[in-house]
Amino acid sequence: MVADEILLELLHAELVNYVCSNEPKEKEPSGQLNKHCNLSTLEYFGFSTGYKLIERFTKDWSRFKDELDTIKFICTDFWTSIYKKPIDNLRTNHQGVYVLQDRAFRFMAKISNGTQHLDAAPLYIAFTSGLLRGALANLGINSIVTAEVQSMPACKFHIQVPRNQMP
Amino acid sequence: MAVCIAIIGKENAPKYVACTEKDQELDFHYKVHSSLDIIEEKLSATSLTKGTDLREQCLGLLYATEEHKIYGYVTNTKIKIVIVIDANHTGLRDNEIRAMFRKLHGAYADAVCNPFYIPGDPITSKKFCETVHGLLVKS
Repeated sequence: MVADEILLELLHAELVNYVCSNEPKEKEPSGQLNKHCNLSTLEYFGFSTGYKLIERFTKDWSRFKDELDTIKFICTDFWTSIYKKPIDNLRTNHQGVYVLQDRAFRFMAKISNGTQHLDAAPLYIAFTSGLLRGALANLGINSIVTAEVQSMPACKFHIQVPRNQMP
Repeated sequence: MAVCIAIIGKENAPKYVACTEKDQELDFHYKVHSSLDIIEEKLSATSLTKGTDLREQCLGLLYATEEHKIYGYVTNTKIKIVIVIDANHTGLRDNEIRAMFRKLHGAYADAVCNPFYIPGDPITSKKFCETVHGLLVKS
């Protein structure tokens, strides 16, 4: 069905809207309002969602072999079940840095392409960064997730796993 | 059926322990605690032998004493589930144990997915308690 695929996008857009509207308005020109939205609230929503989702997704899955195997699961099965497509490109330096590239990120696909609305981009990827961090945290990988948007529907997620914590 | 069921968190801290006889609770804590070493051993053994693809979540029988048999299960999220069975209770088949583990895992996932559950906390869900006590020995 086409209709139920858009529900998540609508819910997410509304979530961003809600978090922004609940922020105390500061005395700044209204054009800069976006920058005051609390990204960590959105990130935390993502974290708890990811943490809980992964508990269910991996329930009937055999145990993962290693860290790369886990990341691959995130890129393919986990990503597909949320964003209806797998990650387009995964790169790693085999030392704890992973770069996940999505060339048509679903939450930004409806925003006009290019660099026009680039200042609003952090709002739309904070939830997903948290989602990745939460999923990995529950799988036993404590990580730092940062995101990068250069031109609108494409985005990159950098996952850094501190090496000293690895077994 | 089981005399003790324990859920152990990622860092080997108990999340939930239930047993049939309250006065033996400490004894069960010791038994579950010592079984964690065997779980670690089994986990590292499977990661070394890459040829045999035995990465099942159910670890089977961990060890048996005169009184009890102890079974283990590890989820992808590094949660360990330990079930202690009375050794006198023979005729309990392997797939029955598996079914118990699967049921517990399902109940655990439900408890974690509760929006009021804060990741890392001990489990206090009433529904989860009911499931666990349903699996403990009825005598």
